[in-house]
Amino acid sequence: MIGESMYQELILEHYKHPQGRGLREPYDAEVHHVNPTCGDEITLRVKVGDAGKILDVSYEGQGCSISQAAASVLHELTTGSTVEETLSVVDEFTRLMQGRGKIEADEEVLGDAVAFAGVAKFPARVKCALLSWMAYKDAVVRSAER
Amino acid sequence: MTSTSFDVEKIRKDFPIFSRELPDGRPLVYLDSGNSSQKPNQVIDVMREHLALHYSNVGRAMHVLGAESTDAYEGARDKIAGFIGAPSRDEVIFTKNASEALNLLAYSFGNPANTDPRFTIGPGDEIVVSEMEHHSNIVPWQMLAQRTGATLKWFGVTDEGRLDYDPALITERTKIVSITHQSNVLGTVNPVAAVAARAHEAGALIAVDASQSVPHHPVNVAGLDADFVVFTGHKMVGPSGIGVLWGRGELLEAMPPFLGGGEMIEAVWMDRSTYAPIPHKFEAGTPPIVEAIGLGAAADYLTEVGLDAVEAHERTLTAYALEALREVPRLRLIGPDTLEERGATVSFTLEGIHPHDVGQILDDHFGVAVRVGHHCARPLHLRFGIPATTRASFYLYNTTGEIDALVRGLHHVQKVFA
Repeated sequence: MIGESMYQELILEHYKHPQGRGLREPYDAEVHHVNPTCGDEITLRVKVGDAGKILDVSYEGQGCSISQAAASVLHELTTGSTVEETLSVVDEFTRLMQGRGKIEADEEVLGDAVAFAGVAKFPARVKCALLSWMAYKDAVVRSAER
Repeated sequence: MTSTSFDVEKIRKDFPIFSRELPDGRPLVYLDSGNSSQKPNQVIDVMREHLALHYSNVGRAMHVLGAESTDAYEGARDKIAGFIGAPSRDEVIFTKNASEALNLLAYSFGNPANTDPRFTIGPGDEIVVSEMEHHSNIVPWQMLAQRTGATLKWFGVTDEGRLDYDPALITERTKIVSITHQSNVLGTVNPVAAVAARAHEAGALIAVDASQSVPHHPVNVAGLDADFVVFTGHKMVGPSGIGVLWGRGELLEAMPPFLGGGEMIEAVWMDRSTYAPIPHKFEAGTPPIVEAIGLGAAADYLTEVGLDAVEAHERTLTAYALEALREVPRLRLIGPDTLEERGATVSFTLEGIHPHDVGQILDDHFGVAVRVGHHCARPLHLRFGIPATTRASFYLYNTTGEIDALVRGLHHVQKVFA
């Protein structure tokens, strides 16, 4: 049963009980990303404080369990860290997702996001997992441009 | 099975794909024929034999293979003409698929080189489609409206998934009405003859997208009273890369060519050309030869089985599926819940579970292949306020046992997400 490894308990938990969901004020940048092949979408806001500390990542979206759970995990992993720290997590997550299931995840860096390792074996679903993470990267860049 | 003449197990033996297993020993439960159908040996063998023993280009080669290939290619046109009851074989135009056929048609309007009033179009003129169309019967008409300043209008869809047919939407300014015969999402069969009568009364032309009907029901183009009918080969047990535009001869003759090139000409000078008569006027370049021949074999196969029998079998499957899906909690059917004027396509949502997750688990755990997403009918999904559906579509080789597998799968999906 291949699918069993994709739908990890942790992913289902985040899907059923998303953390930090909802769009909140104040924010420095807001982005809207869509996945045209499946219609998944996310609107995401970031608020960056002193010394590049991420004060809040808020979001609203619709889509499959993978895309929505990924946004929830993203919220948990980024809030309270610095921009620099979170971007290295994004890079590691991207590397894992694009590894076709053949690379070992760095649990030290990824924390709960390692649960998505199984998704990497399904090329059609990788973009579901990456949707919110790419939106986050975009939002952080835009907030720095302000 | 109610029909004694229809032996589904015998039919399945014609399709070699049903003898394979999926990885991890899962059986294949193929419920995605509305997307593309599987192929019987009768089609595969004809194509293989042509490639192996008769292949050459058509219409121009002065040798034995050229003659054999041309005979087979043009013979396929005869078969398709017979299959859809076309009054003349020259009215059957081979295209790449139904999308190309619709684009060919849309580009026939508003061409400055063509002054036939039936094909002129501009600001104030109207194009009518419906909200349940596949993107291929929406986008080419949007593009025509953008090119010419014409207005695109559409029939809505009722909550039950029926065409919200208002004859008054078609006016004296309407140039073309283009609607689907059977919805690829809802399964709804539309009252095409009534719409055609109204279109003709208003002086408009009517095109019918029969991609989802020709493979499943006996369709007679003369009986539809349409001016144009399009469909595709790969949904009717034929190969991909071949589709059909049927049109009334006098209209096809009045239309400008679509693609220019070899085989579509009569004579060429450096500054101008004259064109071949139909059908070749619309078949520029080397056509999909073996694909057309394969489509002819597909028509033969379906005729041999009998489309009345196919239709009756699919009706049995649809009745069984509608009944079985009613037992699944929190399932919302998108489309008619009765057998009236409906084909064997069943779309639905499961509350709180995204269709992509449904499709993934059905495939991974049960080998059940369905389609998930908006099925190239995004406006229809917007109409129902949903981003996507799960769609099971049945064909002559499906069984009630496969519908049981689908339902078991859906219960498991709900367990995973409980």
